[in-house]
Amino acid sequence: MTQTRDPHIVHTGLPRALWLPALMALGLILLPVLGLVVRAPWSRFFTLVTSESALAALELSLRTGAVSTLLCIVLGGPLAVVLARGSVPGLRLLRSVVLLPLVLPPVVGGLALLYLLGISGFAGYALDVAFGVRVPFTTTAVILAQTFVAMPFLVVSLEGALRTAGERYESIAATLGATPWTVFRRITVPLVLPGLGSGTVLSFARCLGEFGATIAFAGSLQGVTRTLPLEVYLQREVDADGAIALSLVLVAVAIVVIVVGRPRAVEGLQ
Amino acid sequence: MNPGLHAEIAVRRGQFALDATVQVAPGEVVAVLGRNGSGKSTLLSAVAGLLRPDTARIVLDGRVLTDTADGVELPPHRRRIGLLAQQPLLFPHLSVLENVAFGPRSAGIPRPQARETALRRLAEVDAVEFAQRRPRRLSGGQAQRIALARALASDPDLLLLDEPLSAVDVELAPALRSLLQTVLAGRLALIVTHQVIDALMLANRVVVLDAGRVVEQGPTREVLTRPRSAFAARLAGLNLVSGTATADGLRAEDGTELSGLTESAATGTAAVAVFTPGAVAVYVDPPKGSPRNVIQDRIAVLEPNGTLVRVRGAGGLAADITPAAAVELGLHTGAGVWFVVKAAEVAVYLTNGASQ
Repeated sequence: MTQTRDPHIVHTGLPRALWLPALMALGLILLPVLGLVVRAPWSRFFTLVTSESALAALELSLRTGAVSTLLCIVLGGPLAVVLARGSVPGLRLLRSVVLLPLVLPPVVGGLALLYLLGISGFAGYALDVAFGVRVPFTTTAVILAQTFVAMPFLVVSLEGALRTAGERYESIAATLGATPWTVFRRITVPLVLPGLGSGTVLSFARCLGEFGATIAFAGSLQGVTRTLPLEVYLQREVDADGAIALSLVLVAVAIVVIVVGRPRAVEGLQ
Repeated sequence: MNPGLHAEIAVRRGQFALDATVQVAPGEVVAVLGRNGSGKSTLLSAVAGLLRPDTARIVLDGRVLTDTADGVELPPHRRRIGLLAQQPLLFPHLSVLENVAFGPRSAGIPRPQARETALRRLAEVDAVEFAQRRPRRLSGGQAQRIALARALASDPDLLLLDEPLSAVDVELAPALRSLLQTVLAGRLALIVTHQVIDALMLANRVVVLDAGRVVEQGPTREVLTRPRSAFAARLAGLNLVSGTATADGLRAEDGTELSGLTESAATGTAAVAVFTPGAVAVYVDPPKGSPRNVIQDRIAVLEPNGTLVRVRGAGGLAADITPAAAVELGLHTGAGVWFVVKAAEVAVYLTNGASQ
């Protein structure tokens, strides 16, 4: 997806004054990460990232991240199709509602989940009475918190892909005698697969980075709800080196995500 | 059972209104002619079930597809109506063979038989060699041929063609047009176009649509050689002057007398005078001599027409002259001219009040 620039083309109208703030912006993004790398306790790195608590946090993060991403696909996928193709009134309002977790501070989202599913919340109370199920401060709570914050990423990129693909192929498929379900399965889904891929990668990245909603709704119990970001935050109090080493693991994951998912993600969000 | 297509469709969208009735008899190909925005594509979409008309009754081979009065609205996939659009719209993630086999597969036919059908249809459009290719590795003309094979493979009762040649390269269009001619023979088809050549080669009958209404219809040859509406004449590239019949020709609405070959002596009834632009001579001075038809006008447009120059008068008449003649006469937009046409070149016939 890289575009090579033709050196013969003269670009006009790029004011020199833009360079300084542009470089500063780039610096603000890059220098802190470099700071982490420089400050990293490389001699103890392996020991630090393979400590019992670190491995437990990593494993929990990957496990819950995978389940949450799957939930995003299974629930958010159909939602994106409804938003892109549906013709119910109030769809525009619905589209804005989907963006709520994106703009809401995650900790507020976590509190909201707690007051819905907590023992004093109406759904939480009903669940407790009916099934004896308590959601808060469990791994399920971690998954719900992550799904909550990551859902918009999947819905937005998939909806963008659906709009770009357009309905013309689907119309043609229908005139060829395909039922709506066949059209969805054999035309719609394959056409938006790239958008679905980038949405999945972005959602997974957001799940791995989730902090605020998780700590508010699920707490910080080792092996149960203490994901990698929570572990980093906790380690910072006791052993800064450990926090830095774990941070670098998250940086590495982020870079992989960008390399794998970025070009298409940008397309999908257009 | 009433075979063929009967469609009465009314759609209103803001300023635009379509209100037309179109019939296609068994084995007949009907061309809907009209310029952009005349409602042609809206008509096709409504028949295909891709657009919901305000009021409509559409019956195909006795099956009611749409009846707004009874609340009947069959979804597109149950209409058995194929559609060939301007763009081939081959599914990009499927091979050519899988594209053509899509219809049969959707009908529940097992894969091997569906592939067999697809190959047969590909052979019909002379494209078997592309079976394993991906659509993006095809030229526009090849892709459109395969789109035709795909539409035929689902064995539709009616085939709709929406400007099927407008996106194909000019030099490839004739071959594709004659392929369509072969394939459409004996089928029920409705083709929308703004090109007369498509109607001439493909259709038995023509329906002329203007501003959402049928202004004229009839056998292709008749409509194109003896147009009764100014719009059909324009499409056919003919001059048409409407007025009332006189003993030896026609009196135009502005009072100009034209003499021509009159088919009947029904003096005083509505009639049109039709002649080709090639029969019209252009003078910059008032012509003298034999009694011929002379119409004074002003040049509105000068445009190329093949190897000739078409001179279009502000009154709507057109004349085709050689570029050399145009230079010699010093023609330019706005110049006053006299259009002259021999009586023997003018055909006058009655319009029966059919249209204006």
